[in-house]
Amino acid sequence: MHSPFRGVAIVGAYDTRQARQLPGMTEAELVLDAVRGTLDAAGLAPTDVDGLNVSTWVTQISSRDVAQWFGGRPVWTGDSMPGIDALLQAAAAIATGQCHTALVATAQCGEYTARESTVSWTRPTNEFVECWGLYTAAEFALMAQRHMHIYGTRREALSEVAAAIRMNGARHPNAVMYGREVAPEDVVASRMVADPFHLFDCCITSEGGTGIVLTTEERARDLDVTPIYLLGGALDRQGMAYVTAPLWDRYGWVGRRAAQLAFEQCGLTPRDVDVAELYDPFSFEVIRQLEAYGFCKEGEGGDFVMGGRIRIGGELPVATNGGLLSYSHAGLVQLLQKPVNAALQLQGKLPADLTVPGAKVAIASNGGSGALFNDVMLLGTEPV
Amino acid sequence: MSDANPQIPLPRPTPLSKPHWDGCREGVLRVQRCGDCGSFVFIPKPVCDGCLGSNLSWVESSGRGTLYSYTVVHRPQQPAFEVPYTVAIVELEEGWHMLSNLVGVEPDHVEIGMPLEVSFERKSDEITLPCFRPRA
Ligand SMILES: [Zn+2]
Repeated sequence: MHSPFRGVAIVGAYDTRQARQLPGMTEAELVLDAVRGTLDAAGLAPTDVDGLNVSTWVTQISSRDVAQWFGGRPVWTGDSMPGIDALLQAAAAIATGQCHTALVATAQCGEYTARESTVSWTRPTNEFVECWGLYTAAEFALMAQRHMHIYGTRREALSEVAAAIRMNGARHPNAVMYGREVAPEDVVASRMVADPFHLFDCCITSEGGTGIVLTTEERARDLDVTPIYLLGGALDRQGMAYVTAPLWDRYGWVGRRAAQLAFEQCGLTPRDVDVAELYDPFSFEVIRQLEAYGFCKEGEGGDFVMGGRIRIGGELPVATNGGLLSYSHAGLVQLLQKPVNAALQLQGKLPADLTVPGAKVAIASNGGSGALFNDVMLLGTEPV
Repeated sequence: MSDANPQIPLPRPTPLSKPHWDGCREGVLRVQRCGDCGSFVFIPKPVCDGCLGSNLSWVESSGRGTLYSYTVVHRPQQPAFEVPYTVAIVELEEGWHMLSNLVGVEPDHVEIGMPLEVSFERKSDEITLPCFRPRA
């Protein structure tokens, strides 16, 4: 069988510098860095690009603005949320001949200044949510508590996820938390945020940009790069996030449908996956996705992550750049950074001690249970 | 922000949600119910999320339920919230769910499954919040 994405290859992936704050940097400069760096990584010129999905959050730069930066030459622009969604849309545009080389990039900075409150993009203003003091961590905590109640998921499992991922970031020179090693006991020693989440269970906030460029398999062969193939991908969208109660019974397995569809597209199974760039806004979410996607049975995710299995050198390394917990979390930028890091990992471009030797297939995901959406993408070093 | 105890963000009722908030002010917990398929609909919607029908009316809930899930929050959403506070998902007797805060119970004594009842907490002339407290 052939994947419906057969014929589409990722030829460049790039992260700008990531930092808590990038003082003096504008989003336009930052996203331009992402655009140029991504093209450089592929050895492509701006004139090679005929498809664009490039946007920023704070200053609302759109693909149409950026089309002007490219002199109006691109024929296709996409407006999907940066991340797996945008990549699937761009890949579909290439697969159907609407364009040949599509650049997807995004950046965010200059947003987070009032530190006495949680960061603004985590604070919903809906009338049935805001008045109860909810924000992202509390939304996901409501899911985690229910899971722990039903399955007896242990606190130690959450700590292992947080420590495993944060240790990856500690070894990545571009990670915001570079050098900050964390052991499981440090996680429970960090201050409580929203039960069961301690500070180190929660993603950081930062600024940065990222990009990825896709082209046809045929054009990829002419470039001096290791092409990475899009094997499958799908969305699971269950409605507007942060407006209603995050009910485990209704939304707890969000992402399962996306994973099933993605695996069906290429005929692979979770057993074929070598590395998992899972969305990690909070430690628990990794456990949930491993169960939802079929890496283990329902309720067994807590046991699955123990014993070094999700660490570098283990059976299924997770969030190998340090993820949202340690590498970077700049608004929506992190959505695109998941497939970006999956591509970099498969290209062998991560620091040596974060490289998964012989990795051929990676899964990347966006969104989580508290957000009521979860998108999945499969990437590989060989086309299917 | 000179106020020593700034107000938490209060709901701004819409034409759609007004019957719910009016009810809270009057001491009644109101929820939409579908006359066709019987689903309870919350948060308020223009259609039934069970059958996509428009035959919705506002009915009175008993205000009794159990704790479905919770989180004790130590890092406030914004400074107006006094920590720790308990965010709850309450499963009402009628089978629908809502977000709320727990009152009248120490965070250490909160347990999933515990019986709860609505406790209307007046916040302004317009807004009374439907919190929940333990019931015997
Ligand atoms: Zn109905």
